[in-house]
Amino acid sequence: MRKELTLATIDQTVKDKPGSGKVIAWILRIGLAILIPLIAFFILYQGFLFLRAGNASKWVIALVAIVWGVGGVWMLYYLFNKLVEMLSPEWTARLQPFVFVGPAIAMLIWFLALPALRTFYISLFGRNGPPALPFIMAFTNPGEYFPAISAQFVGLSNYVAVFTDRLMLEALRNNILFWIGIATPLTVIAGLLIAVLADRSKFERTAKSLIFMPMAISFVGASVIWNFIYEVAPSDRPQIGLLNAIVVGLGGQPHGWTNYTAIAPWNNLFLVIIVVWLQAGYAMVLFSAAIKGIPEEIIEAARMDGATEIQVFFRIMIPYILGTIITVTTTIIIFTLKIFDVVWVMTGGQYGTDVIATQFYRQSFINRNSGFGSAIAIALLLAVIPVMIYNLRQLREQETFR
Amino acid sequence: MKSASSQKLARSLLINGILGLIVLLWLIPVIGIFASSFRDRFDIRTTPWWNVLPHRDWVATKTINPRELGLDTNGPMTVEGVTATFEEMRAGVEQGDTRLIWIGTRPIGKIQVQEKQWVTSANLNLENYRQVLLGKSVQVKLADGTTETVRGDDFSGSLLNSLTVAIPATIIPILIAAFAAYGFAWMNFPGRRFWFIVVVALLVVPLQIALVPVLRDFAGMDLNGTFLGIWLAHTGFGLPLATYLLFNYISGLPRETLEAAFIDGASHFTIFTRLILPLSVPALASFAIFQFLWVWNDYLVALIILGPDPNVRVVTMTLASIVGTRGQDWHLLTSGAFISMLVPLVVFFGLQRYFVRGLLAGSVKG
Repeated sequence: MRKELTLATIDQTVKDKPGSGKVIAWILRIGLAILIPLIAFFILYQGFLFLRAGNASKWVIALVAIVWGVGGVWMLYYLFNKLVEMLSPEWTARLQPFVFVGPAIAMLIWFLALPALRTFYISLFGRNGPPALPFIMAFTNPGEYFPAISAQFVGLSNYVAVFTDRLMLEALRNNILFWIGIATPLTVIAGLLIAVLADRSKFERTAKSLIFMPMAISFVGASVIWNFIYEVAPSDRPQIGLLNAIVVGLGGQPHGWTNYTAIAPWNNLFLVIIVVWLQAGYAMVLFSAAIKGIPEEIIEAARMDGATEIQVFFRIMIPYILGTIITVTTTIIIFTLKIFDVVWVMTGGQYGTDVIATQFYRQSFINRNSGFGSAIAIALLLAVIPVMIYNLRQLREQETFR
Repeated sequence: MKSASSQKLARSLLINGILGLIVLLWLIPVIGIFASSFRDRFDIRTTPWWNVLPHRDWVATKTINPRELGLDTNGPMTVEGVTATFEEMRAGVEQGDTRLIWIGTRPIGKIQVQEKQWVTSANLNLENYRQVLLGKSVQVKLADGTTETVRGDDFSGSLLNSLTVAIPATIIPILIAAFAAYGFAWMNFPGRRFWFIVVVALLVVPLQIALVPVLRDFAGMDLNGTFLGIWLAHTGFGLPLATYLLFNYISGLPRETLEAAFIDGASHFTIFTRLILPLSVPALASFAIFQFLWVWNDYLVALIILGPDPNVRVVTMTLASIVGTRGQDWHLLTSGAFISMLVPLVVFFGLQRYFVRGLLAGSVKG
């Protein structure tokens, strides 16, 4: 009761002086956005230290962790909302949106927006990144701060390396030629073919759900599955890998396929197949829904006019679902730009199969060259900027916010 | 009329035939590891997995000890009406439906008389699963009948870790995103438009961009290698898509319902928990499946945030580590891979409807 009274008094003063009220409102809003995640984090963190110190069984720890993590977050929203609702209605209206939206914004800034800027900053420095000096030193001790910074500063030379380094060139070639140039169209075509076939089959549901199934499998699992297909045994022993068994059965020589450098760079195709297998189901589901959206009358009318099935497909279906084709293609391009797990588990990026993301991982976390690694990450970001702009345009056209 | 219907039948056969072929092509890789995971460790290495299907193979009908017959292994030997040298017998001498083959070394080996018969190599059991699931030492039967004690791969521990990672890393971002989506859809506040644009812009940002800075922050907070760290990371990376999808759904709910509740004096919080959340279950479910599969199957984030500590290893990491260290141990890899797929496959087939709906709601994940 007392608290409400004081806050109401503040509110009154705020009304008298609108200028200062605005400032206080803003401080409280930003405060809320930061405070809620901060307290949530602190509570979770303490719980963790407690759990880690104890020697409870793994099951107990897992259960407590789940309840703790999920319940803690919910409690926090609940408590902060209660607190804000105790204020005068005007202040509740001012601050409540920030209880709702604030934590999400804070998380987005911490995990995506700010890291993008920080990664760009790191990319301007050498191996060890910028020196770990507190930023405040720029003002308290500029004589020491700026020389220390500039000693590590390399400007854009990491970016030059991104486009000239031998392994990076190989990675860029693989990403562009094999992953965007071959894997993406293959996935789209496979998805489209299956969608069209399934649309006319009685077994549509079963067929679609089986082809969709690899979507549930991890890339690591898929790598094991396909490693088993590519497995090679000495030529005097029976081949346990399906592909080599077929090749030997046809009179060929068994090979390790993904590490078959004699056909490099085409050994990348054996990695591409895995991703087509994994992603065709996604394309199929979207195309299937789009095909079902084509009005039956249009297709019937075309058939009446004597159009062949092929003509119906190319002249009617394709133009009708072009929007979906573009969406699916873009999504798969973005996905293949970041392809990592399959390559890393199958070949570790050896035998000429490196891609941008494996290079990023190797430079950042194995070679510990954070400047170079960060420049690669920024290059990845730049590659998706056109899609980002397209998404923002779409948003403006939708006019979600009137 | 008759030709039209037979043409229709032919077309239907063609379509179903091609479709069936594609489905088979898609399934064979999974069937291969599934069948292999139950096979004896020695069988997997030496014979192909499709041998579990009936096939024709040589079966020994009789074993002859050449020393009992007094045969000279250095010259041509005559056994069962066939004359051949040791080297020829070593490779196998075929005659009609029978074959003679030398088993073992020259001084103590024996000659087997084999016949081609229909057989299945169906010696299936759960030994491989026992070895990968158990954590401590496991007794393993070897091909020669002796037993050996090996260290299990503790997939049961990894499964538990994966659940501990994936459940909160699914629910927490949904919770945060649902609150935010409601705020964006039904509340007025300064910066509303701007922050929503930020959400949409971040949809396609590759998470690689965030890994180095986040790892540094976590190192400072002693969060590397903890579940809390990976929950936070997955929450941050999953939020843009979650907020966007849930906003699309929540902002599309009928305005009248909310206004009626407001007139009755309900607060935003009450409306959110009592009205919006129950109404949004389909959207929440589709995103939940997305996020759950994504987190469960994730390898990169776990590799970087959880690190090498075996106590917190998730299934993808355990599986990848077997690939890296014992890439030829197919009895472990096949059963391990199948264990890692089991939970997502159950979720997937159980909730496929919601998953497809989520995909169709338009998703471009960063």
